[in-house]
Amino acid sequence: MEYTLGQKQLDGMEEVLKQDLIDLGVHCVFLIDMAGNVIVNLDNGNIEHDIYSLAALAAGNFGAVSAMAKIVGEQEFSLLFHKGEKENIHFSKVMTDFLLVTIFGKETSLGFLRLKVTEAIGKIKKILES
Amino acid sequence: MAFVNLKKREVQVKVVYYGPGRGGKTTNLEYLYKKFKERIKTEMVAIKTHGDRTLFFDFLPFDIGKIKGYNIRVQLYTVPGQVKYNATRRLVLRGVDGIVFVADSMKVRREKNLLSLKNLQENLATYNKNIFKIPLVLQYNKRDLSEHGIPLLSPEILKNDLNAQLKAPSFEASALIGTNVVLTMKKIITMTLASLQRELK
Ligand SMILES: Nc1nc2c(ncn2[C@@H]2O[C@H](COP(=O)(O)OP(=O)(O)OP(=O)(O)O)[C@@H](O)[C@H]2O)c(=O)[nH]1
Ligand SMILES: [Mg+2]
Repeated sequence: MEYTLGQKQLDGMEEVLKQDLIDLGVHCVFLIDMAGNVIVNLDNGNIEHDIYSLAALAAGNFGAVSAMAKIVGEQEFSLLFHKGEKENIHFSKVMTDFLLVTIFGKETSLGFLRLKVTEAIGKIKKILES
Repeated sequence: MAFVNLKKREVQVKVVYYGPGRGGKTTNLEYLYKKFKERIKTEMVAIKTHGDRTLFFDFLPFDIGKIKGYNIRVQLYTVPGQVKYNATRRLVLRGVDGIVFVADSMKVRREKNLLSLKNLQENLATYNKNIFKIPLVLQYNKRDLSEHGIPLLSPEILKNDLNAQLKAPSFEASALIGTNVVLTMKKIITMTLASLQRELK
């Protein structure tokens, strides 16, 4: 089983992530699938994370938390967020098979980030469904 | 669930090393990591317990170069083999494109191999995947132990136990020494890519 995304869709998603997240101060954002594949990744040019390892771990982490949710009788835990000294990381599900991961610093509030992530996801859904 | 990126002309595929606990899955990846260190560039990720048993998975990304103009990135994973970790084992299988089943050749592990293979079949079924259809390679590991006087299952017995119906390509190997570790990996990649070939125009 495999799936393909073309230049137009990928460009579209990159544009959304850049305008809605990177341009507003998010350090790094990537869209992955639940198998851990990296679909789109962008950063502000000042950081160099090992995106492929991050993607594998994020997919595993999200899967583990979803499995925990089911055990305690929840559909899903809606907020998945880890807070650090300088960097924070936020996970958001996109449809059933994708995950948007955002890394951001102190200068961005969690509330604002969630708002922007929700907006971006709306647009990405449209692109993925097209 | 391989991902084909037409923009970067890149294909990402997921290969999972499966098998009973202590069979040598992690050792396979460690050998590959050492052997191809200069091509891998990043650290190998390992989520493990203090006793070095895999708790969630190991992860090793592997750039194997270009095929038909596409850059091929293979992501190698191992599962935790211990019976109690089935929930995490199943998570690692999500979106798998090819599987290496690492069987333990030690006589005392005969039953464990059978149970693990059965468990693989069940876990694949939860993703609507069929063990007879997915690219699969068997590895009969720890062959080096015969030199130390440790009783091993003969290749015929292993074949009868595990591969009589599957009829998958199989290799006798030693992950510790490195015998046939690269060959196992190359075989599963070739098979996995062949099954994706239709997509690569
Ligand atoms: N002699 C010998 N020992 C091996 C070989 N492969 C693995 N071992 C040893 O077997 C033990 C278990 O190997 P691992 O690679 O950690 O096994 P695993 O399948 O990842 O185990 P889990 O993470 O618990 O599922 C280690 O002590 C290895 O050194 C082999 O080919 N020959
Ligand atoms: Mg292991």
